[in-house]
Amino acid sequence: MYAYDQYDRQIISQRVAQYRDQTERYLAGKITEEQFLPLRLQNGLYVQRLAPMLRIAVPYGTLNSQQLRKLAFITREYDKGYAHISTRQNVQLNWPKLEEVPDILEHLAEVEMHSIQTSGNCIRNVTADQFSGVAADEVEDARPWCEIIRQWSTFHPEFAFLPRKFKIAVCGSEQDRAAVLVHDIGLQIVKDESGNTAFKVIVGGGLGRTPVIGSVIHEALPPRHLLSYLEAIVRVYNQLGRRDNKFKARIKILVRAMGADAFKAKVEEEWAFIKDGNLDLPDEEIARAQSFFTRPDYEALENEDLQALALENVDFARWLNHNVHAHKQRGYAIATLSLKTTGVAPGDITAEQFEAVADLAEEFGFGEIRSTHQQNLVLPDIQQRQLFALWQKLVSLELASPTVGTMNDIICCPGGDFCSLANAKSIPIAEAIQRRFDDLDYLYDLGDIELNISGCMNACGHHHIGNIGILGVDKKGQEFYQVSLGGQQGLNASLGKILGPSFAQDEIPDVVEKILNCYLEKRHPEERFIDTYERIGLAPFKERVYA
Amino acid sequence: MPKIIKNGQVVDDNWQVWRDAETLPSTDHVIVPLALWQQQRDALLALGEIAVYLASDESPKSLSDDDLSALSFVAVDFPKFMDGRGFSYARELREQRQYQGEIRAVGDFIRDQLFYMKRCGFSSYALPSDELEAALASLNDFSESYQPGVDQPLPLFRRRQA
Ligand code: HEM
Ligand code: SF4
Repeated sequence: MYAYDQYDRQIISQRVAQYRDQTERYLAGKITEEQFLPLRLQNGLYVQRLAPMLRIAVPYGTLNSQQLRKLAFITREYDKGYAHISTRQNVQLNWPKLEEVPDILEHLAEVEMHSIQTSGNCIRNVTADQFSGVAADEVEDARPWCEIIRQWSTFHPEFAFLPRKFKIAVCGSEQDRAAVLVHDIGLQIVKDESGNTAFKVIVGGGLGRTPVIGSVIHEALPPRHLLSYLEAIVRVYNQLGRRDNKFKARIKILVRAMGADAFKAKVEEEWAFIKDGNLDLPDEEIARAQSFFTRPDYEALENEDLQALALENVDFARWLNHNVHAHKQRGYAIATLSLKTTGVAPGDITAEQFEAVADLAEEFGFGEIRSTHQQNLVLPDIQQRQLFALWQKLVSLELASPTVGTMNDIICCPGGDFCSLANAKSIPIAEAIQRRFDDLDYLYDLGDIELNISGCMNACGHHHIGNIGILGVDKKGQEFYQVSLGGQQGLNASLGKILGPSFAQDEIPDVVEKILNCYLEKRHPEERFIDTYERIGLAPFKERVYA
Repeated sequence: MPKIIKNGQVVDDNWQVWRDAETLPSTDHVIVPLALWQQQRDALLALGEIAVYLASDESPKSLSDDDLSALSFVAVDFPKFMDGRGFSYARELREQRQYQGEIRAVGDFIRDQLFYMKRCGFSSYALPSDELEAALASLNDFSESYQPGVDQPLPLFRRRQA
């Protein structure tokens, strides 16, 4: 994991001082509301329905035990004892006090954390595959590249007042777990013919009210050019992106209006000035970044046969099947800790759970934890022979819901319970669905289905790329829900199609059930929901639901 | 006399922003719209010292090298402080055009942007505030930066010592 040196520490501590001064000037009436808005947003502070919300950066979803303990402390001391994992791998506090945020930042800085650029019209915290460095299907570890991008984008002087927010994701594996096709810039690590690392550069993807799948503008960018190319893209966007209409200000609108080829030509024109300049990444810097993400001291182990244990204990077997993923290293496994226990808002985690997970990460792993855009946590380096012992502890912590990858692993935004932009609540919908479909065998029989819920078209819950997407809409002042089908994330990302007229809240579990029944009847053996949908289309589902 | 921040200090300044793109001003020491400059260059220069401001949708590409040497300085206008196009314009003038003269920020911006502005190559600031002395502190919010800028062309990764 990246460790700060004196430069990083100094920058972060000067940031705390800067933000403290800004907060004090605001409270003293020397900064207007309007002027303070971008300053606090660039520090992750939203002012919400019930209280401010503070978004703490978790660069590319990587955390250590010490940081988790600090987060536990902060949620107890400054909040109500719990926090929320966001769909961009960050940690959110729901109830901090505006005037206490500088103190929170000071605590965070002690463990090399901050909330820089987690919101606002700037380059946001960069995200990555949560299994970076350990995934069996990895091409190359994304984290060193993310760290290089994090430093380049942190307090970038030219790009703090972009037309709109700007999100970058990096994926280093064959399977995309970072949603690179729906980011402002997605970077997919590839290998060229001679086996050298390169980046496929995708621009102009995004969700929100105009969902768009990004366009590839470079098939294989050599790594030394990474930063100059990114800088050229953002510079073109900063100058040409629309500023007259907030809803048309994202880069996806610009790329679509210009056409990807014309956009690329502009970028290359700009790039010509800075290519081979000071932003060129020397091999030593790449090596330095990579040196922080070397493989930990794995023991030489054989793969374990856990069949016998699994046969004896069906609950363990379920967890093993659904929450454990293949690891690069023989004898090891990746364990996902579910934050989707029914009755708890998806992605919520208590101070006690933070502390317990910190301990588990040290006891069973190397003190490292990941957060995922599916709003779960991950322990990346577990010895297979210890999986059973880990599972037993997770059960008592209520972090072992064996539903990862099933329909109940719902992605859900905070919605109307917390968010002032919401059309409708989303957390109670998630809960109603989880309660209705609480039969695990039924869920497993359904196979991989992603169900995503957003409380409004800003799409924080990624409803467009859910196989089943649920969107809160306002119908004459009432909370209604529009359902869409056929979205998916990953390298075949596609956007869902709206099923038809929207539904009242209490109809949703029935609607979902009808959709599932239709699937169960029509599917071929072993066919996933999304494949059945692609084969038969929307019509049969529509007929069934509106019959 | 009005005051501005220039080269890190609060100084007197007698330049005025002239926002009328149709009519010529009657004195010099005015910062005129690009369009007026393009149409009335000779008449303006006959008045004396003249500067031009770039509106937020006017790239420095519209100024020729000849323009740059005839002008006393170039200003970049911020119609709203959230409009960050001007940051790119200043950098372009410095880094791509090698412009050495004064670049002044005018219009609506706030002291909390000064550090970034300085890094992008601005050298003077007609900051709309009566607390200019206090605002000077914001020029130096950070003593280190990761990226290259006009003030420090080497990114931290080329200077970093373990
Ligand atoms: C509660 C306060 C929140 C507010 C006011 C808020 C506001 C917004 C807005 C206005 C957008 C749309 C921006 C655009 O399309 O340009 C957006 C997008 C997004 N939000 Fe939130 N959000 C909130 C909470 C969250 C939370 C808790 C998460 C994660 C669980 C989240 C994740 C996202 C994501 C991933 C997008 C991306 C859509 C895209 O980039 O196209 N937001 N949010
Ligand atoms: S999707 Fe809408 S309701 Fe949900 S958090 Fe985002 S802005 Fe709020």
